[in-house]
Amino acid sequence: MNYYKTLKSAVAAIAVAVPLGISPVGSGIANAQDAVNLRMTIWSANEAHLKLFSDIATGFKKDHPNVTVTYESLPFDTYTTALTTQIAGGNAPDMAWIFETAAYDFVNSGALYPLTDTLKATKGYNAEELSTTAAERWTKDGKLFAYPFSTSPFAMFVNNDLIKASGAKTPAEMIAANQWTWDNAIATASTVGKTGKGGLIVRDFNYQIWQNLASVWNGWGASPWSADGKTCTMTEKPMVDALTFIHNAVFKNKAMPGPGESVDFFAGNAAMTITQISRASLLPKDKPFAWDLVPLPKGPAGNYALIGQAGVGVMQSGKNAKTAAEFVAYMTNPENSAKLSQFFPSARKSLLNAEVLKKTNPLLSQEQIDKVVISGIATGKVIPGHTGFAQIQQVVRSGLDAVWRPDANIPAALQQICGQIGPLLKR
Amino acid sequence: MAVVQQTARPEGRSSSSFWTVARRDSLAGFLFIAPQLIGITLFVLIPLCLVFWYSLHEWNVLANTFTYTGLANYQMLLEDTSLPSVLGATAIFSAGLVIFNLSLALLLAVLLNQKLAGITIFRTLFFSPVVVSLVAWTIVWGFLLQKNGGINGVLLVFGIDGPNWLREPVTAMISVIVVQVFKNVGLNMILFLAALQGVPNELYEAARIDGAPRFKQFRRITLPLISPTILLTSIITIVGSLQVFAQIAVLTQGGPGLTTTVLVYYLYQQAFQFHFFGYGSTLSIMLFVIVAVLTFAQWQMRKRIVFYES
Repeated sequence: MNYYKTLKSAVAAIAVAVPLGISPVGSGIANAQDAVNLRMTIWSANEAHLKLFSDIATGFKKDHPNVTVTYESLPFDTYTTALTTQIAGGNAPDMAWIFETAAYDFVNSGALYPLTDTLKATKGYNAEELSTTAAERWTKDGKLFAYPFSTSPFAMFVNNDLIKASGAKTPAEMIAANQWTWDNAIATASTVGKTGKGGLIVRDFNYQIWQNLASVWNGWGASPWSADGKTCTMTEKPMVDALTFIHNAVFKNKAMPGPGESVDFFAGNAAMTITQISRASLLPKDKPFAWDLVPLPKGPAGNYALIGQAGVGVMQSGKNAKTAAEFVAYMTNPENSAKLSQFFPSARKSLLNAEVLKKTNPLLSQEQIDKVVISGIATGKVIPGHTGFAQIQQVVRSGLDAVWRPDANIPAALQQICGQIGPLLKR
Repeated sequence: MAVVQQTARPEGRSSSSFWTVARRDSLAGFLFIAPQLIGITLFVLIPLCLVFWYSLHEWNVLANTFTYTGLANYQMLLEDTSLPSVLGATAIFSAGLVIFNLSLALLLAVLLNQKLAGITIFRTLFFSPVVVSLVAWTIVWGFLLQKNGGINGVLLVFGIDGPNWLREPVTAMISVIVVQVFKNVGLNMILFLAALQGVPNELYEAARIDGAPRFKQFRRITLPLISPTILLTSIITIVGSLQVFAQIAVLTQGGPGLTTTVLVYYLYQQAFQFHFFGYGSTLSIMLFVIVAVLTFAQWQMRKRIVFYES
């Protein structure tokens, strides 16, 4: 008797517990009828960033008391994969940060809600001052589908202590003598490399994220594909020359860490690193070294600059896309853009001046801001991207593995890569 | 039996004719297995059916389109130029893993099947990697296997310029296999140890009296008597080898080239990185068929390789 009673109680308990267990609880957000809960996925978990975003959300709530905005930090390395998995699972966020490399996929697929009308209708927004070049990748048929809230130039951080100790010329000295070229930069890196320290590091490249090499090969006027994105141009002379130069720097001059070698510039272990200026926050405070920030060296094709971008878009599939677009308009209005620019350089012309940038980037000197930031954003090309970039990236990465060997046949490897990505580019 | 049931029922208790003791027992049995049954249905059977359904579609996640394409994804399997390399890498990885893992596990089990003081310390040591987090284990090995990492540092002490383990095609595959073997060899070792301890000592005594050398004892007595465990461990290891993912993702990302791109990693790339969920599902179906066929084949082979079955 007791056995059956216990059994019945257990079944009843399960019957009550199971629906509770699978119900969508946990957000803690009130679900009143008129309440609107917006979620934005981001790849930053930086406390200062989150505080700023939270303040912006609070500011929006003053005029929209029924709207609550939450931010969901996803890991940087797998951000796009995690985002698309959420979308596939029917749990798309209302708003999302988007990498510049994935921009074409999101913009061309129709996944994003057009922002132009909302931005124009927002009082005091002044959409016209957004640089057209900066907005190009995020625009389709004249409509902006994601706002490029971060336009950050690549530059060269320098450890002057290491360079001087090796007896080589510093980049500042070379710039003053009009000798800041890739040949001289690699010569300096090689001299430091021979002391047992690292020479030059293209940060985050790691023989995987090859698109970061655009910070070097743009100096040769090289590009992985044609301007219309339809034709592979990796077999053309500028790319062959640029990759041969990098190959020599790695395997002959020992000026760059080889595959499988890890050296950290910000720990004081390398002479130079190419990265975005926002990485200045990584400079050591405990054991500081004499550092400098200089523009990328001059290549055979002349001076150049490279910029990385991040956009924020509204998912078309969201129930509250219109409200989400209004939030994006608020988040990126002139006032909030000025606040954001302390972390994410803005493409608004009114914020691209030394006075504003000096306030928001206290670590940089006036000269560094002028020569690196303002000039970089104004003239820089955006890092390569393409529709279906994830697949193209993987195929090229796999093909470039043949280049990163001491005895590589670079033209043959590039020929093979073009053969593989040719059909992908035409899709 | 019916008489027993009648007598067992408490007197004076009313009972419907439908809820006989046999039915109640059946219901109780079903309720006990219900959590597992629900779990398998929700997380195995339904997803399996859905994956098959997805494999017949082109699913563009970003554009939110889901178009029936019939067998187009299966046709793509045949035309995929990367697939032969991927299947080759998968076969090399599985074969290497199974041979190395089972041999080492058996060797360790035989060595540790001794009644010596402190032997349990060694057993614990060899088993401990099994309970370590897989990703943490792999990340640490990733550091050790770098060009300027710990392993090459040790080799340099002996004047050997070590290879770039994770960047050379051959050493990359060997490295991934070794990292996986060291992680899980303890589990098979424990299973073999249990089997070895179940072999009756009298058989060895009889063999010794007959003058059989130790290797012959091992071949004629030990191996046949632990053959059910060999079958079990080989099935588990092969199935496990076909599901390897984290080690590849952390150590090599499938490189250099496609040399360590095994089927599960390729499937992940297609579905979650390239957003080809339909084709990714088709690859899943292919993996499911491969695992099922291999398991079935091994099960059928038990009559030849298993000396006895309980």
